[in-house]
Amino acid sequence: MALTSSITTSSANVVRAALTQGKRDIKGIAFAASLLLCLLASLGMLTILMWDVIATALPVFDKRSSGFLNNGMSNDPDKAGVADGIWGSLMIAAFVVILAFPVGIAAGVYLEEYAKPGKLTNFIQLAIRNLAGVPSVVYGILGLVVFVQALDGFTGGRSIIAAGITLAILVLPIIIITTAESIRAVPQGLREAGYGVGGTQWETTRDHVLPYAAPGILTGTMLAVARAMGEAAPLLLIGAITGRLATLPDASLIDRLQGKFTAMPVVIFGWANNANTPGELTGLTFEDLNAAAIVVLLGMVLVLNAAAILLRNRFERRRQA
Amino acid sequence: MSTTAPALRPAVTIDDLRGNPKRIRKDKRMHRFLFAASTTSIIISALIIFVLFEESFVFLRDLAKEVGLSSLWDGGAVRPGWYPRDDRFDLVTLISGTVLVSLVAIIVAAPLGLGAAVFLSEYATPRTRRWLKPILEILAGVPSIVFGYFALRVLAPDLIQPWFDTPQRGSLLVTGAAIGVLVTPLMASVSEDALRAVPSSLREASSGLGARKSTTVIKVVLPAAVSGIVAALIISVSRAIGETMVAALASGLLGQGPRTFDPRDPGLTMTAAMAQLAQGSDNVVGSGLTFQSLFFVGAVLFLMTLVLNLIAGRIVRRVRNVY
Repeated sequence: MALTSSITTSSANVVRAALTQGKRDIKGIAFAASLLLCLLASLGMLTILMWDVIATALPVFDKRSSGFLNNGMSNDPDKAGVADGIWGSLMIAAFVVILAFPVGIAAGVYLEEYAKPGKLTNFIQLAIRNLAGVPSVVYGILGLVVFVQALDGFTGGRSIIAAGITLAILVLPIIIITTAESIRAVPQGLREAGYGVGGTQWETTRDHVLPYAAPGILTGTMLAVARAMGEAAPLLLIGAITGRLATLPDASLIDRLQGKFTAMPVVIFGWANNANTPGELTGLTFEDLNAAAIVVLLGMVLVLNAAAILLRNRFERRRQA
Repeated sequence: MSTTAPALRPAVTIDDLRGNPKRIRKDKRMHRFLFAASTTSIIISALIIFVLFEESFVFLRDLAKEVGLSSLWDGGAVRPGWYPRDDRFDLVTLISGTVLVSLVAIIVAAPLGLGAAVFLSEYATPRTRRWLKPILEILAGVPSIVFGYFALRVLAPDLIQPWFDTPQRGSLLVTGAAIGVLVTPLMASVSEDALRAVPSSLREASSGLGARKSTTVIKVVLPAAVSGIVAALIISVSRAIGETMVAALASGLLGQGPRTFDPRDPGLTMTAAMAQLAQGSDNVVGSGLTFQSLFFVGAVLFLMTLVLNLIAGRIVRRVRNVY
């Protein structure tokens, strides 16, 4: 590529024509076209998915715009809503922010700035890499045994606290790995400048390394929150409710945190198994409601995801320039 | 300070250079805190391993006592299958379901993902790439439950059922296809990284010898990136094996079913069996073994993905060392 960009386009065309003797490279074009087809097919499949979901969801938002977002779980498609699910998902996000952010970022900082190469460091890195590949349902088992059963008194059993801690643990490796990667990209000169004016290691890290790595770390944390909000498998094992949720409207926050819970992805899972008879008033089925719930979930997750990725690309480009 | 020091003392003493003890103490404290944070990963790993293997040991011990260990593979009954509520734990059912689903998934994801990766890395102009890569990454963040819904609503009735003549909506084929669509962005992303790690001097040398673009890609770039692509494949398979929600929704069975080796049948993956066993586990019916089997299946799943991830990790690091 660097070869052709240095020659002007017109002379490149002349040279190419002489080399190929004016023949078209049919096989090459077919190859490139089939590659493009692969890309378009993978994007197209997802476009169909989005299209179908949004088209099905529109009548739901049209017919019961406020009720759908404000009502709780119900077996009646005329009344069911996603308020419980949204609350649960936001609480899970809060747990990830409170628990996984500090621990994950601290661990990433330790691995890149403080850890000396050795057996212990290698072992920690191995553990993190392997945790990142553990299927989410296995984290559900961990949550079930440790947070639901063993720490029952603190979490209240099958509660949003147990779910929040489990998902914070699930996304911890993501935060550690992205933090470590963005710290690795900090130029060595910044650190040397910090030490040169007499800063301690922590002062240099806090005032020079972390601010420079902040956009990358922020990207990682946003991806982690999005991942936690979309995850359903561990919640099923911990015991999220797929049916009706009997919360009193005036329950205190602690009671709500320790009580039965659900979250957006679990709501979708539950509704997918519901009977598909249309509601009497609106004529909407649970399949329709489910599309609307997916729109709500995707709205939360994809906005976070997109913001994170665009943020990263923006900073990467600015630094390269 | 040194300016006001008496003339007899040296201008700068060791104490001046030593730094503020308060700041040094703070530095030490932070060091310890950061180290403690990084050890959480070891603690979590140890907890996962302990929980899985302790409980599966109990399961295997009780199973050996009550039914006999061979029931895990010979099926025992007339119709072998996974019926945890009747104490019939045929592991072959779950493993064949998992393997079939991952196979279908990788047949879908490997060509699509690799093709997309080659296009992005070798053919796309930097400008198109700047648009397409983020879209692919954003799509990689679509929650898996959405693909379960997609499988039942679009894939099964519109694609799989008419072409493969399957009677039911849910089947291993539907699950595998949906998981394939789900892991395609991952496959594309990891193999694109591998392709971009190939030094451009190799491409330039090939072009300099007069090779066509397609020849360069097929004969030079792809072979140079082959280990990274294999790693991408393994990571995708590992992800497909561990995918739970799609399998729980689309495999067509609710927590139990007969052994099958035909992807067109409804079937159970390990993950689906676990999710449905635990769902509403307040009222798991059956003996103590029923609930305990959850941990055993979890341990098997954990080991399978661990081995795959270790292999992929080793390959990725070896590639990084080569270039």
